[in-house]
Amino acid sequence: MEKRELTCIVCPNGCQLVVEVEGKEIVSITGYECKRGLKYAEDEILAPKRTLTTTVKAEGGHLPLVSVRTKEPIPKELLNKAVLELSMITVKPPIKVGDVIVKNILNTGVDVIATRALYAE
Amino acid sequence: MMEYDIVIIGAGPAGLGAAVEAYEKGVKDILIIERDSYPGGILQQCIHNGFGLIEFKEELTGPEYAERFIEKVNEYGIKIMLNTMVLNISSEKIVKAVNQEKGVMEIKAKAIILAMGCRERPRGAISIPGTRPAGIFTAGTAQRYVNMEGYMPGKEIVILGSGDIGLIMARRFTLEGAIVKAVVELMPYSSGLTRNIVQCLDDFGIPLLLSHTVIEIHGKDRVKGVTIAQVDANRKPILRTAKYISCDTLILSVGLIPENELSKSAGVLLDPVTGGPIVNESMETNIEGIFACGNVLQVHDLVDNVTKESRIAADSAVKYIKGLLKQEGKFINAKAGSGIRYVVPQIVNYDNIDDKVKFHMRPIDVFKNAYISVKSGGREIMRRKMQRMTPGEMILIEIKKDKFLDNDLHPVDDITFEVEVV
Repeated sequence: MEKRELTCIVCPNGCQLVVEVEGKEIVSITGYECKRGLKYAEDEILAPKRTLTTTVKAEGGHLPLVSVRTKEPIPKELLNKAVLELSMITVKPPIKVGDVIVKNILNTGVDVIATRALYAE
Repeated sequence: MMEYDIVIIGAGPAGLGAAVEAYEKGVKDILIIERDSYPGGILQQCIHNGFGLIEFKEELTGPEYAERFIEKVNEYGIKIMLNTMVLNISSEKIVKAVNQEKGVMEIKAKAIILAMGCRERPRGAISIPGTRPAGIFTAGTAQRYVNMEGYMPGKEIVILGSGDIGLIMARRFTLEGAIVKAVVELMPYSSGLTRNIVQCLDDFGIPLLLSHTVIEIHGKDRVKGVTIAQVDANRKPILRTAKYISCDTLILSVGLIPENELSKSAGVLLDPVTGGPIVNESMETNIEGIFACGNVLQVHDLVDNVTKESRIAADSAVKYIKGLLKQEGKFINAKAGSGIRYVVPQIVNYDNIDDKVKFHMRPIDVFKNAYISVKSGGREIMRRKMQRMTPGEMILIEIKKDKFLDNDLHPVDDITFEVEVV
């Protein structure tokens, strides 16, 4: 049995988690203080995910960029690919917080949404 | 002269939070003054997630967190004067400000809430030897360039200091295609949150060099590289460990200082350790009717705590305007004892406590399995077990009103917070 130590990244508590793994199966998870930690440990071992936060280019707005994020965490290995895909896009104002910028990025089933407002200059 | 019940300086999370709270508590005549062209303060450039877990029970980015408050401010019709620079505040609560449209103006307030935030320590504050080329940025400035203005400061980057902004920028630069060669930290521990070391450095294989510092910056017109070295227990560089790293950019993430030039103009007394005003349980400074909250008061790790503090300042300002905030009473001094660097608030007026007082503090070092003990005249009035304490993470301790009483049920003169290792 393999023992893996993780730091939970969900909230600022940074709980120290210990996961026991047998082959590809999780035997036990300890050290979490809330359910989010349990879910994080499961995902981190089986299929690590991260919320991507980045920017996309904007034209004609009060700023040259709009900040965006994936609505849910996406597989960690897709982060760079997703950034690349988002670098090809240009958006135009008006944009509200929560507006969908890209639907279903890289077929993950997750939308990319705007995290700030942009008004026309 | 313009007149308002409450004037708030700064439209960042502290200022916006205070405005919303004061309005909801019944004072509607509020003016927020902001020097930037958009409200939100530094949250605008903090496009990473992790904000709002305490306040909204969901994970938001900085701009989203700010937008929740901006929407409320707009819905309530609270006035924000943007692109406006405050020049001076008097102890009579007259604010002198300037903008392009109105020129210089004077605004009289019944109460003022200071919410100007903080600024970054630059190269000059940490005295790094070497030439003075282009390519040296503070982490926050670089963050504004990359996340709001669309510029990349460089391609090969060394970051000095492992504060949260430095760690977050290490990830951000990497995602944008730059190579972050190392994060160099003077102390034997990181001053950032553990979760940020994991998801910003470990995820991308960026080395964190603890007990190291930059001892020379090379390059004439542009940074060409830096020399780093390990430091000894007294934080003096060990020259035989010196190592050259080529890079075109050096990012400094070496600490924040509350921005209190305006506070000083009003005669507000500052705490030499926090760099922020000395305040009481109501977040009131030594000048009656002038309150402070957020990073202008003490540098926070979490915006959620800034919002909480802004509510106390706003509640108190509303009480002050209504004549309900007692200026006389029994004052108790809160002191930092062994193992604790500072305590905020520094003064408690016992007669103003509703139910309890929340104290913020930071330890001077990393402690494991320790207690925070609160003492008064040798008597312990409270004790709390702490799994792990680090200077990078603020500690919050609440003390109930009755704990401030001695055996004869009189309020004590002072309380001291200490770390006790078991």
